[in-house]
Amino acid sequence: MKFGVIGGALALTLGLAGPALADIKIGASVSETGPASSLGDPEAKTLKLLVDEINAAGGVLGQKIKLFLYDDGGDPNKARTFATRLVEDDEVVAIVGGSTTGTTMSIVSVVENAKIPFISLAGAIEIIDPVKPFVFKTPHTDRMACRKIFEDMKAKGFSKIALISGSDGFGASMRKQCLQVIGEFGITVLAEETYGPNDADMTPQLTNIRSKAEVQAILNPGFGQGPAIVTRNYGQLGIKTPLYQSHGVASKSFIDLAGPASEGVRLPGTAVLVANLLPANDPQKAVVSAYTSAYQAKFNQPASTFGGYAHDGLRLLVDAIKRAGKAEPKAIRDALEGTKGFVGVTGTFNMAGGDHLGLDLTAFRMLEIKGGNWALVQ
Amino acid sequence: MPELLQYLLSGVTVGAVYALVALGFTLIYNASDVVNFAQGEFVMLGGMITFFAWQAGIPLPLAALLAILAAATIGVLLNKLAIEPARGAPVASLIIITIGASIFLRGSAQLVFDKQLHRFPSFSGDDPLRVFGATMLPQGLWVIAGAVAVFLVLWLFFARTLTGKAVLATANNRIAASLVGINPNHMMTLSFAVSAAIGALAGVLVTPITLTSYDLGVAMALKGFAAAMLGGMGVPAGALVGGLLLGLIEALTAGYVSSVYKDAVAFILILVILFARPQGLFGRKAMDRV
Repeated sequence: MKFGVIGGALALTLGLAGPALADIKIGASVSETGPASSLGDPEAKTLKLLVDEINAAGGVLGQKIKLFLYDDGGDPNKARTFATRLVEDDEVVAIVGGSTTGTTMSIVSVVENAKIPFISLAGAIEIIDPVKPFVFKTPHTDRMACRKIFEDMKAKGFSKIALISGSDGFGASMRKQCLQVIGEFGITVLAEETYGPNDADMTPQLTNIRSKAEVQAILNPGFGQGPAIVTRNYGQLGIKTPLYQSHGVASKSFIDLAGPASEGVRLPGTAVLVANLLPANDPQKAVVSAYTSAYQAKFNQPASTFGGYAHDGLRLLVDAIKRAGKAEPKAIRDALEGTKGFVGVTGTFNMAGGDHLGLDLTAFRMLEIKGGNWALVQ
Repeated sequence: MPELLQYLLSGVTVGAVYALVALGFTLIYNASDVVNFAQGEFVMLGGMITFFAWQAGIPLPLAALLAILAAATIGVLLNKLAIEPARGAPVASLIIITIGASIFLRGSAQLVFDKQLHRFPSFSGDDPLRVFGATMLPQGLWVIAGAVAVFLVLWLFFARTLTGKAVLATANNRIAASLVGINPNHMMTLSFAVSAAIGALAGVLVTPITLTSYDLGVAMALKGFAAAMLGGMGVPAGALVGGLLLGLIEALTAGYVSSVYKDAVAFILILVILFARPQGLFGRKAMDRV
C-alpha cells in the first residue's frame, strides 16, 4: 500500500516532469553589462522577448524553448567559461551570442570541439572566413559597410576622401577593412587622422582635413561617443564637405547626441532603424514592423540594429530546427547551412557551404539624417 | 595661422577639462596623502545625475546643484563607510580602497541609471564663437571659467583660511594636529565632500562637450591624474597648469605631428618632466625631518 502511494507519486512526478525534459535547450552568452553593453543589452532583451513569444505561440515542433542566458560582461574568458557550461552542464543544442568579436572567438573554440551550432552576433569577417563548420553569424561585416559607403560615394562622383577613425577595436578594424576594398571603387585617401575612444575634442584633426581642399568627402569609422563628438566638431568648424558615418552609430541616440550638425550625415544602416519608412511592398516590411513594435511595447525604447542581430540569430535557429524536424545539433547545423530566402530584420539570408553569413549589400540601406530623423537614400 | 589658433583653442578647452578633474585630487591628497582614484566617478556622477534630473523635468541649474550635493553626500559616505574604518592603514591600502570604491560606484551607476551615452544642452547654446578664423564652443569658456574659479577658491582656502591650514596640518602630522585641537576625522570628511563636489561640478561643466556615460570616470581620472602629477600633486596651481599643458601638448601633436601619436607624445613628455622634477612642475620637494 505504502509502496503504491510512493510509486504513484513517483509516476506523477515523472509524468509532470516529462514535458520539461523534452524542452529544446538553446544557450546564449551576450555582453549584457560591461563595455559592450550597448550591444549585449538589446540582444539579451530581444532573446527573452522572442522566446516568450515563440513559447506562447506553441513553441517549436510542439516543444517549448528553454533559454539559458548568461552575461559575459564583454570578457572573452568569461564567454569561454559560459560556453563550456552551456555545452557540458546545460546540454544545449545550439548557441546564439558573442556580442563582440573577442567573446565570439572564445565561444567558437568551444563549439567547434563540441560540434554544437553557434550563431555569432559580432561583426568581424574572421568569424566566418575561413568557414568553420559549426559557426554562423547574422551581422554584416565591416567590409560590406565599407563597400556600401564607397558605392554611394562613387555614385555621387567622390574619388578623393579623408578618413578620421577611432583607435578603438571597432574603428581600427573597420578602417583596415575599408582600406582593403577602397581600390575597387577608384577612391583614394588624401588625409588620415585618428582619435582615442575617450577624446573630448577632434577639432585639430578636422582642421587638418579641412586644410586639404581637394577632399570631397569625409569618412568616420567609429563607435561610441567618438563619432558624435566628431560630428559636433565638424559642425563647429563649419566644414561643408559631406560626412559619412559607419553602421557603428546607426541608432537614434546618435542623432540626439550629435545635434543639428548631424543634418545631412550619411551612413549605412539596417531596416530596423527605418521600419516606418519602408514601402509597403518591401519584403522586410512585415518582419521588421512586427519586431520593432513588439520591442517598443515591451521595453519602452526603440529597437536597435544590435537587437536585430539577436532576433535574426534566434529566428534562423528556430527555422532550421523546424526544417530539420528534430532538435539535434548536427541536423540543426545542416539545416542552417541550407537556409534560403530567409527574411530577417537585418536582411535576407541565403546561406551556403562556403557562406555562413548569407547576406549581400542589399541588406544595408543608405540612410541620411534629415530634419533630425532618418531618411532613406534612393 | 587660423590652424595654429584652432589647435590652441582646442588644447585649452580639453586642457581645462583635465584641469578641473586634476583639481579634484588636490584636497583629499592634501588632507591624507591619498590619491583618490574614485575621483573620476564623481565626474561621472555629476554628469549622470544632472542628466537624469534634467530629463525628469527639473530645470538644468537646479539639476546641476542637486548633482553636486548628491555627489558630495556620496563623498562623505565613502569616507565614513570605507576610509574611516581603515584609519591607521598605510596610504597604499587607502588608495586601493578608493580603487574599489571606484569600481563599486561605476557598477552602481550602471544599475541605477543605464548604459547609454547622454548629453544635456550647453549652458549658452551651441553656436561657435569665431576668433580670427578659428572656432570655440561657448561651453569651452564655461569649463575654463570653472577651472579657474575652482583653482582660486582652493588657493584661497589653503593660503588664507584657518580650516585650509588645518587640512594641511592633518596630512603633515595627524597626532600633532589632534594635539592642537584639529579633529582629523572632520578634516577628512570635509575634504571628501568638497573633492566630490569639485568632481561633480567638473562633470556638469564638461558633459555638453565630452558626453557622459557610466564608464566615463576611468578615462577622466587617468588624464586628470596625469595632469595633477605633471603640475605637482596637491598644488592647485599645478593642477591648473598641468591640465592646460597636457591639453595643449595633445592638440599641437595632433595638429602638427600626427593624431596617431597624440597620447604617446603627451605621456613621453610627462615622463621626461617627471624625470627632471619628480615632484612635478609646482610640487614641493618632500622633506622628512630626522
